[in-house]
Amino acid sequence: MSTAPMQTQAPPSGAARRPLLEVNDLKKHFPIRSGFLSGVTGYVYAVDGVSFSIDKGETLSLVGESGCGKSTVGRTVLRLIEPTSGQVLLDGKRIDDLPASELRPLRRRMQVVFQDPFSSLNPRLKVKDILAEPITNFGLASSARDVEERVAELLDKVRLPRDAMKRFPHEFSGGQRQRIGIARALAPGADLIICDEAVSALDVSVKAQIVNLLSDLQDELGLSLLFISHDLAIVEHITHRVAVMYLGKIVEVAEKSALFAAPKHPYTEALLSAVPLPDPTAKRDRIILTGDVPSPIKPPPGCRFHTRCPHAFDRCRQEEPALKAIGPGHLSACHLHDAGVMRPTPVTQAA
Amino acid sequence: MSPDTAVAAAPAAVDVFPAEVQRGRVRTFIRRHPTIALGGFLLILMVVLAVFAPFLGTSDPQALAPARRVRPPSDVHWFGTDMLGRDVYSRVIYGARVSLIVGLSVAILASAAGLFIGLVSGFIRVVDGVIMRIMDGLMSIPSILLAIALMALTRGSVQNVIIAITVAEIPRVSRLVRGVVLSLREQPYVEAAIAAGTTTPRIIWRHILPNTLAPLTVQATYIAASAMITEAILSFIGAGTPPIIPSWGNVMAEGRALWQVAPYIVFFPAVFLSITVLAVNLLGDGLRDALDPRLAKRI
Repeated sequence: MSTAPMQTQAPPSGAARRPLLEVNDLKKHFPIRSGFLSGVTGYVYAVDGVSFSIDKGETLSLVGESGCGKSTVGRTVLRLIEPTSGQVLLDGKRIDDLPASELRPLRRRMQVVFQDPFSSLNPRLKVKDILAEPITNFGLASSARDVEERVAELLDKVRLPRDAMKRFPHEFSGGQRQRIGIARALAPGADLIICDEAVSALDVSVKAQIVNLLSDLQDELGLSLLFISHDLAIVEHITHRVAVMYLGKIVEVAEKSALFAAPKHPYTEALLSAVPLPDPTAKRDRIILTGDVPSPIKPPPGCRFHTRCPHAFDRCRQEEPALKAIGPGHLSACHLHDAGVMRPTPVTQAA
Repeated sequence: MSPDTAVAAAPAAVDVFPAEVQRGRVRTFIRRHPTIALGGFLLILMVVLAVFAPFLGTSDPQALAPARRVRPPSDVHWFGTDMLGRDVYSRVIYGARVSLIVGLSVAILASAAGLFIGLVSGFIRVVDGVIMRIMDGLMSIPSILLAIALMALTRGSVQNVIIAITVAEIPRVSRLVRGVVLSLREQPYVEAAIAAGTTTPRIIWRHILPNTLAPLTVQATYIAASAMITEAILSFIGAGTPPIIPSWGNVMAEGRALWQVAPYIVFFPAVFLSITVLAVNLLGDGLRDALDPRLAKRI
């Protein structure tokens, strides 16, 4: 593993500021057990050395195809699953090794919005009880009246009517439920919200509303967002920076404009060329990748992308490229940068 | 879906009948849940028989009358008399008490114990393997055989029958609860609660338990039905309640030798047992359909 704890690049604005969230060489390997008493027979290398940081008020999007480990990163940062190794620093304080009792008060600062608006709300609790749970857990209200007042404010924030608090989740549509989910994430006054495919399950029109709501809330409350998604069109709309993941590793990190205009990693290029264009007559050179994503149980040696990369050469099969700076705030993990053969637009193939 | 429009109240509205008369509501309920209605009706009938047994034209179920042995059904002895001259009708009606008490007690005890074991197993992963292997071991012994073995260790009494059947039923409940707990633990709303700083005991109380109760209730009805049958079998083979207690299994056991000359002695308790078990099973099926939204067939 050559992804040594790489130095997180300087945040886009201002130098020596401490990022709100810093993740260093995070790894999560799920053991594979074949049965009772028989030991571990292998590992799923779901997340294998991921580093990134998020500034206050910033949105970082984590993109990649399904199974690349992006959701596992989110869940590990939240300590819903325990990391195998690596560091997670919230406001400079390590939280990856804290015992549960010391972690609990810090959970107030980072919350989560899940993909499925139906299974993310307990069907047997009223909206008021759902939203009151974090408030009472962290002792943020002095009385029952106070709790109700705060719940009402939360519903205002996510543009739901106040009488919604008396209803059960099944009485709402998918978009409204997602608003409730967002209100729950806002309830403890979090600084960082991890949106795990938060809009992927919604209709296009509703999706736009929820994305706009998240942007508005970010401006209003100075939230930091870790936006995990596979939908690059939505990502382009909401994010400041983008980190592209492939098979448990980050292959490219850049400012949104830099990444969408001039992707440096072959995988990012292929990913971007797959985004549908709104104009049906528009022609574009699509990069069609061949083959499937290799199994995270036995990731390929060298560069993990070499099995599908149109530019792969010998070195890619032997040596894993490190994620390193190739421009201001732009990191990429590809041997082509060393070889100096990376062109702005590579192989052009008719779609 | 504009955020300003009032909250949709579509699916729940169907359940509201503000101005309907009572009779209309009953009819709607029967139409929507026929199995619950039929099962519930039959079960209530059995409970009424059991509770009001002394007032339903019965005589002492244990009174011997050697002069009137093995009489066929008549207007005096509706279900006839057995080999000792005891009134079969009285014995069958009083027998409902034993069956219902055994069924209810086993359902409650096995559910409570199974719920506890299932929760422990689902939440404390280190003991899960051990507990579940013990449960597998218990399950590999047929429950009748296990109950007979347990009864062989103790005196025949209703309490011991209840305990023996409960032990045999616990593995099924704990497996069910464990399965439900494991799937609920993965639910995003439980993960959100963990992220929101809710402590584990509170997560169990608020998020896990309420969502476990529906499948557990359904399972409890099946356990009640199977416990009644097990009790009858135990009594029939002489390993259950003492013969002096009029349970349906005992009545049938006593009538067995006379099956060819006096089939009514076996016939009536068998019919009552069948109806009761059917009623409980219908109720369970109906509850399952009503409580599990995935299986529910709406109007």
